[in-house]
Amino acid sequence: MHARILQEFRTISGDRGLITSQEELKTYECDGLTNFRVVPQAVLLPRSTEEVQAILRVCHRERIPFVARGSGTGLSGGALPVKDGVVISLARMNRILEVDLPNARVVVEPGVINLEVTGRVASHGFFYAPDPSSQSICSIGGNVAENSGGAHCLKYGFTTTHVLGLEVVLPDGSLAHLGGKTLDTPGYDLPGVFVGSEGTLGIATKVTLRIVKRPECIQTLLAAFGSTSDAGAAVSGIIAAGILPAAIEMMDNLAIQAAEAAVHANYPDCGGLLLVELDGPTAEVEALMLQVDEICRECGAGEIRVAQTEAERAVVWKGRKAAFAAVGRISPNYIVQDGVIPRTALPRIMSEIERLGAEAGIRVANVFHAGDGNLHPLVLYDRRIEGQEHAAEILANRILELCIEAGGSITGEHGVGEEKKMMMSKMYAEPDLETMQRVRCAFDPENLSNPTKVFPRPRLCGETPGEYRPHPLEVAGIAERF
Amino acid sequence: MAAPTSASKAGTEISGPWDDLKAIAGAERLRASGVGDCIAGVQPQMVLEPSSEAEVAAALRCANAHGLAVLPRGGGTKTGWGNPPMRADLILSTARLNRVIEHAWADLTVSVEAGCTIQNLQNALAQQGQRIAVDPLWPERATVGGILSTNDSGSLRIRYGALRDLIIGVTIALPDGALASSGGKVVKNVAGYDLPKLATGALGTLGVITRANFRLHPLPRNIHSFTFTTRDLADANRVMLSVQDSGLTPTGLQARFGAGTVPAVDVRFEGTDVGLSVQAVALRKLAAPAIETATSDSMWQAREELWSSTELAAIVKFSVLPASIAETCGRICLLANSLDVRWHAVVQGTGLGWLRLEASSASAIHQMLHTLRRELEQVGGSLAVLHRPPAMPTIDAWGSAGDAFPLMLSVKQQFDPRGTLNPGRFVGGI
Repeated sequence: MHARILQEFRTISGDRGLITSQEELKTYECDGLTNFRVVPQAVLLPRSTEEVQAILRVCHRERIPFVARGSGTGLSGGALPVKDGVVISLARMNRILEVDLPNARVVVEPGVINLEVTGRVASHGFFYAPDPSSQSICSIGGNVAENSGGAHCLKYGFTTTHVLGLEVVLPDGSLAHLGGKTLDTPGYDLPGVFVGSEGTLGIATKVTLRIVKRPECIQTLLAAFGSTSDAGAAVSGIIAAGILPAAIEMMDNLAIQAAEAAVHANYPDCGGLLLVELDGPTAEVEALMLQVDEICRECGAGEIRVAQTEAERAVVWKGRKAAFAAVGRISPNYIVQDGVIPRTALPRIMSEIERLGAEAGIRVANVFHAGDGNLHPLVLYDRRIEGQEHAAEILANRILELCIEAGGSITGEHGVGEEKKMMMSKMYAEPDLETMQRVRCAFDPENLSNPTKVFPRPRLCGETPGEYRPHPLEVAGIAERF
Repeated sequence: MAAPTSASKAGTEISGPWDDLKAIAGAERLRASGVGDCIAGVQPQMVLEPSSEAEVAAALRCANAHGLAVLPRGGGTKTGWGNPPMRADLILSTARLNRVIEHAWADLTVSVEAGCTIQNLQNALAQQGQRIAVDPLWPERATVGGILSTNDSGSLRIRYGALRDLIIGVTIALPDGALASSGGKVVKNVAGYDLPKLATGALGTLGVITRANFRLHPLPRNIHSFTFTTRDLADANRVMLSVQDSGLTPTGLQARFGAGTVPAVDVRFEGTDVGLSVQAVALRKLAAPAIETATSDSMWQAREELWSSTELAAIVKFSVLPASIAETCGRICLLANSLDVRWHAVVQGTGLGWLRLEASSASAIHQMLHTLRRELEQVGGSLAVLHRPPAMPTIDAWGSAGDAFPLMLSVKQQFDPRGTLNPGRFVGGI
């Protein structure tokens, strides 16, 4: 990158706000998905909206692509730098700007950590509902980019449910306020499209969140089943009974073993473990928990425990929240997948995953948000064994194809990012993707904001949407269409 | 936006498009419009009722190519919302797209065509003990596409969210003839941009919704509603805030205010018998000193009552913060008194309110709306005009979209560069 531009960046965000040494840049070469790595030209750490604007004006003038980054915990390579581009870290914009309890609103900068929001309002009986497993380190800005979920989104919804307003710096450096503190602001629901756009539409610099009153009572039931199909039958039974739990989580035997090895959650050794959390008024929770207990027994549950105190619940959840990392105890390498299926397809897809794993000679541990059909198969492999990494990648992709075939999605909460952009053409038809790209062109006609992610190929915003005509590069055999 | 010359100016020029449209949907599906097809005082020429999504897309492409202005219509219950169209050639009706495509009850989802009425949809879902947790206006006539496009929500929103929170997939026909789907049939899905949300509340200015997928909820086991009369607006606001600040989980929380009436707060709970009785006890304690009074059958349809005899009335939707409800309504009361305007409002605990203003002088209503909108916008609120009395001077239906407007215009350009869909009806003349 030209020294003149670097000097301009330094003037904007100060000496401590610009990283250019190769050694330090390496820290930013990947996010939570470590098998893609690109060292950026520079990393900028702005302290204010004005600095973000100034940086993006320079990027726009010089046509420098940029990638915004929160805590770097993303699991789809969304914050992977682009070659010849810069990374803009929002880590220094980490203030909680306003807490409005009567209206249940909190306004934060994007670098604020998810759990800090709850931390700030917990003593008043509120919490911030989206709870990705990484909530103690991931940032609100990252959550906004990915539309993060978590175990409790079955009842409470996703990040998009809880973001009412955004201050956004657009890729040309201009500022726009989308939504607001009140509901139904005039015009298009732009917060609705910005949340989950994976950094491709601009950079959020302020976020207005809705917080939720903590329920009077929370109980978590833990039930051990002989198999995941039996556990799956219990999930269907609970839903059919008209009960909407705050969370329903499932783990298979391999995942249980891993969790036990890592955090000693004292889970029963069984084929399928179910966690069902109910919350609400005490009397309501107690009445419904009896029914859940009964349904689980009918479906063949052996051991059943109900955690009622905060401490008991913490123990029950510890194993589940640690599951991804825990798999490291039983396998040197693993791929985390994030497919979604209609809940009823669970038994069929599970046996299919088992069959594919056996065929490939690869173990798969399964952790799910069972209530909403979000699967997190952990494909275990050993990089040192030749060919196993490749086989694991093929299996992981095959699992996503199964999800698509079942009418589901390639990602429930981790995002498309770099990792799954080629799968997008399998999930959506060309007119579907073209239509999404129109939004992209409205926000970022120069294609500078995280330009290589989400879509299988960037659309040139001058292109007339319509019937597909091959690009000259395709005709010449230089480029390929996926 | 490009403004193509209106094809409706010269009858001889337009035989082409009408013939083309007949070829697409069948001659019997195209008819001349009548008085009942008037939209916000503007008379379009023709009405087309396609029978399939593909026909909708083809008809839209044809109209777009011929420079016709297209006004999408579902049940026609809310066609007056928004500004009058700048041009009006063709009403594109979704009336024949009325199937419930798939009710995957075990997955708690449904896929439904846009022209299905809410009542028919709810009836189909109820067979499996489920519902889409919305209570829009006039459900027996309002359609899925219509409530989505107008983003109409009622009292259930406080618990189940708005349509944006319930829609999980959408298919829209675009002016260039593309039929595009996004989202899907699963509740959790972050693959690609969330176009279901973009289409919701867009007043049909980006595309014509042809089908939508929703997440569902179980029908409530039991329902218990309460009404409390309060001594003033502030006390009503206090009751609403304390209910929301408690561990109670109401599925409805609204206030009814008006000149000459005692402020009332309605609360609804749904759940198990035992849960309901415990919540009832807690509610009565919270609400005191407000007085519990008899509930009425129609209290949860109070919004609809605002539309009774609209000749001299304006009806608006406003949005404020939940803690500002009393202050806002107090201000409405003051303004109304000074201008000799009668007022009546239904305000949800979310801060969304529907207000009816009635006066013999339409200009008094006009003046009041201007003042109220200015004051609400100053504190981050908004005011949208849903109905205006015929005699009232023109007023923009939406108010300001602030510095997000250029972006909205740019989105519109990408989806509908020729300004074919509902021209001029949306925010800022979109």
